[in-house]
Amino acid sequence: MNGTLLETRSVSKNFGALQAARDITFTLEKGARHALIGPNGAGKTTFINLMTGVLLPTTGTVLLRGEDITTMEQAARVKRGIARTFQINRLFRGLTVLENVYISVAERVGAATNMVTPAGKRRDVIDEAMHLLETLKLADDAQRTIAGLPYGRQRLVELAIALGLKPEVLLLDEPAAGVPSAESHIILDAIDALPKDIGVLIIDHDMDLVFRFAKRITVLVRGAIFAEGTPREIGSNADVRAVYLGQATTHGA
Amino acid sequence: MSVTPHMPDHPAALALARRHSLRWWESLPWIAALAFFFAYPNHLGFGTELLIMVLFAISLDLALGYAGIITLGHAAFFGAGAYTVGILAHHGIWNEPLTGLALAALVAAAVGFLSGLVLLRTTGLTFLMLTLCTMLMLEEAANLGHHWTGGFDGLPSLNIPPLFGVFEFNPLIPKTQFLYVLGVLFLCFLFVRMLAYSPFGQGLTGIRENTLRMHAVGAPVRTRLVVCYTISAAIAGIAGGIWAQANAYVNLGTLGLDRAATVLIILVLGGFGRLYGAFVGAVAYMVLAHFLSKIYPTAWQLGLGLLLVVIALFARGGMLGIGEVLMQRLRPKIPPKEPASRPSP
Amino acid sequence: MIFTVDNIASMLLGGMAAGMVLFIVSVGLSVTMGLMGFANLAHGAFAMLGGYIVVLVMRHWGVGFALALAISFVLTAAISMVFERLLYSRLYKAGELDQVLFTIGLCFVFIASLTVFVGPENQPLTLPDALRGQLDLGLLQYRTYSIFLIVVGVAIAIGLWFGFERTRFGAQIRAAVDNRRMAESLGINIDRLFAVTFGFGSGMAALGGGLGAEFLGLDPQYALKYLVFFLIVVSVGGLGSIAGVFWASLIIGVLDFVLKKYLPQGGTLFIYALAILLLLWRPQGLFGKPA
Repeated sequence: MNGTLLETRSVSKNFGALQAARDITFTLEKGARHALIGPNGAGKTTFINLMTGVLLPTTGTVLLRGEDITTMEQAARVKRGIARTFQINRLFRGLTVLENVYISVAERVGAATNMVTPAGKRRDVIDEAMHLLETLKLADDAQRTIAGLPYGRQRLVELAIALGLKPEVLLLDEPAAGVPSAESHIILDAIDALPKDIGVLIIDHDMDLVFRFAKRITVLVRGAIFAEGTPREIGSNADVRAVYLGQATTHGA
Repeated sequence: MSVTPHMPDHPAALALARRHSLRWWESLPWIAALAFFFAYPNHLGFGTELLIMVLFAISLDLALGYAGIITLGHAAFFGAGAYTVGILAHHGIWNEPLTGLALAALVAAAVGFLSGLVLLRTTGLTFLMLTLCTMLMLEEAANLGHHWTGGFDGLPSLNIPPLFGVFEFNPLIPKTQFLYVLGVLFLCFLFVRMLAYSPFGQGLTGIRENTLRMHAVGAPVRTRLVVCYTISAAIAGIAGGIWAQANAYVNLGTLGLDRAATVLIILVLGGFGRLYGAFVGAVAYMVLAHFLSKIYPTAWQLGLGLLLVVIALFARGGMLGIGEVLMQRLRPKIPPKEPASRPSP
Repeated sequence: MIFTVDNIASMLLGGMAAGMVLFIVSVGLSVTMGLMGFANLAHGAFAMLGGYIVVLVMRHWGVGFALALAISFVLTAAISMVFERLLYSRLYKAGELDQVLFTIGLCFVFIASLTVFVGPENQPLTLPDALRGQLDLGLLQYRTYSIFLIVVGVAIAIGLWFGFERTRFGAQIRAAVDNRRMAESLGINIDRLFAVTFGFGSGMAALGGGLGAEFLGLDPQYALKYLVFFLIVVSVGGLGSIAGVFWASLIIGVLDFVLKKYLPQGGTLFIYALAILLLLWRPQGLFGKPA
């Protein structure tokens, strides 16, 4: 078998006259540490939505380990190992941090359909959720409700929920946006601690983070792939630099 | 199941593990109900009505309070249960109380399942309108089907045989009715409590708090909602069925907008998503209504209106929510416990 | 059941007259629901208030029907704007449940207040002589008032359509319905837009309440009695669409009239069923834009 996990072939998405994704052919390898960058409105989030099934492509196919999942429902893709975080927090705001992660772990291990046993009796689920919170330095906040949590901490819960699904493909939509820079290393550490063979795709505007994290970078501009390569190649690509108006020039040289 | 050795039992984990355990005050509603039975033998009719509204409000709490399904048409299921009992008894098909209730639950569940399957594809205002229209349509159907439903007049003087063949349903001294309803309420409450604290119930709160995220953690959201809606409908059907048995009649009032609004107000007044909101709300509403609505009907309506406005604007947790806030204020502030072994960074 | 030209024409006219009242009352609800996303179940209460103002002003001040309608429009609009600024605006970001509870509560308050201050009984509306009696339409004779309602309704529809499509204010509302954030970033004052639109919508409801009082009756239960019909019209037509409300009102007005005549028993059932099927087929309504 080859090392390809997730693959898109000539995927396009139109919203009326607007082409939010055009002819994107992309692969995410096993063990990839891949970054997706591009100016605002380049269609990065749309592309994640197409891979996770929030949106269906107008044309093209999406494959997971060779299986065509183009029209598969979101939940079914999650069961097959694709997890994501959201650019804008999508948390269970009225629940505690621990309950947030409990929900995700319970879905993965198949406990969530149980109507009879109290949730508290599933110590395996609680302990796994607690363990995740420890690795993300969230244990002290475990009993607080999301609504009362600082934004930066909420971003970590956002990641914790995705990690609770033990994904094979992890799509992170600006995980560090809004996280104080003193804490953003927690996110990178957590990603470093993941099993080596899962594929991670990260979207971020923080070039420090991107260049520290990624082994490979894809640049998306106006819905289409503009360039792809190693951080060194991307960093020294004059066209990419032009797109970013010099923002990335300090890196990769 | 082993606990990882390096991780001491965190207070949050312990709290979640013990969340479902019974607390002393949970016995209070049942003690109060039994005390009422002995203290007010002349008001058992009112007490029975109150207990039935508690049961109905609990069914709504499961859908609205836990899963966040905002419906204006929950009386459709109450009415479905009531008419099931009524029609079967009136036409001499079936009138044994307990199995009658089971049939009421079954019919209401079927109505809930079918309507939920279709309607729960929509959300928000559209869903609100659809539940409302479905209920009103059922009410019209009951109004039109004279032959079966008695039309506008309903089905009077149902013949309900003694419970277990022993305990007579005496309309003048409704002792049997009261205890029968209390028993059924107790069983249904235990069932809903079990659901609420189960992983399934936790998942329902997840749908309520963020439906999009539930999709993203791989939960089949619509299936869950339909299951929840069906169970909720079944319990509402039991409430309606037992109402018909206790009163020995059925009328259009069992599935009208009035009843749907009343149960919604009761639940919101008590506090939804809290299991006991139904009890608190029903007692407050029914007692006030009992005394005020006959003497000062207009003042009652004005007060109720103002109360709803105030709750919507300032007290979304209802009476229990206000109580929780007060408890937190009164309690001396305890600094968060740091495990002694962990050095602060 | 005899289908003669007379018969069909008179049913159409009667249904259209009722439909026009539905339209005038509901159009404000449609725009506010579309614009603000607010489940305003108190809209019928504002229509009721408008009807009361018309009747009371005519009775006690002796003013004419037309002037009474104008006074009712202005007063109701002003009162509703106070409500909007003080109370409604706090719940724009709240969920539907809070909005529903708040506006049901408001309905109760209106009902109770009118019961106390005016009385629980029906308030008859005396039409001016010119609008009473029959009008000779050549083909048939028909109630003058019904013809008047149709003419007024169509005139208002055209006026609203023109105002909505061709004026700056209308363009601002349409922009805000389509994309609130975009409208805000273009420098449209959303607060003011909401308040004025809400006031205008309630004023229209008052107008409808006054115009329809003659055949809908006017008692404190009005606020809830006809609410379901207004809601059905709005959701069938599509939130925020004036053409949608107009056609939905006409269809439902005529259907209701015809069904009441030939199927006095099952008419309403049929309308509910139709509304359900339509909303399942097109959740956004006939003229609404898909979410």
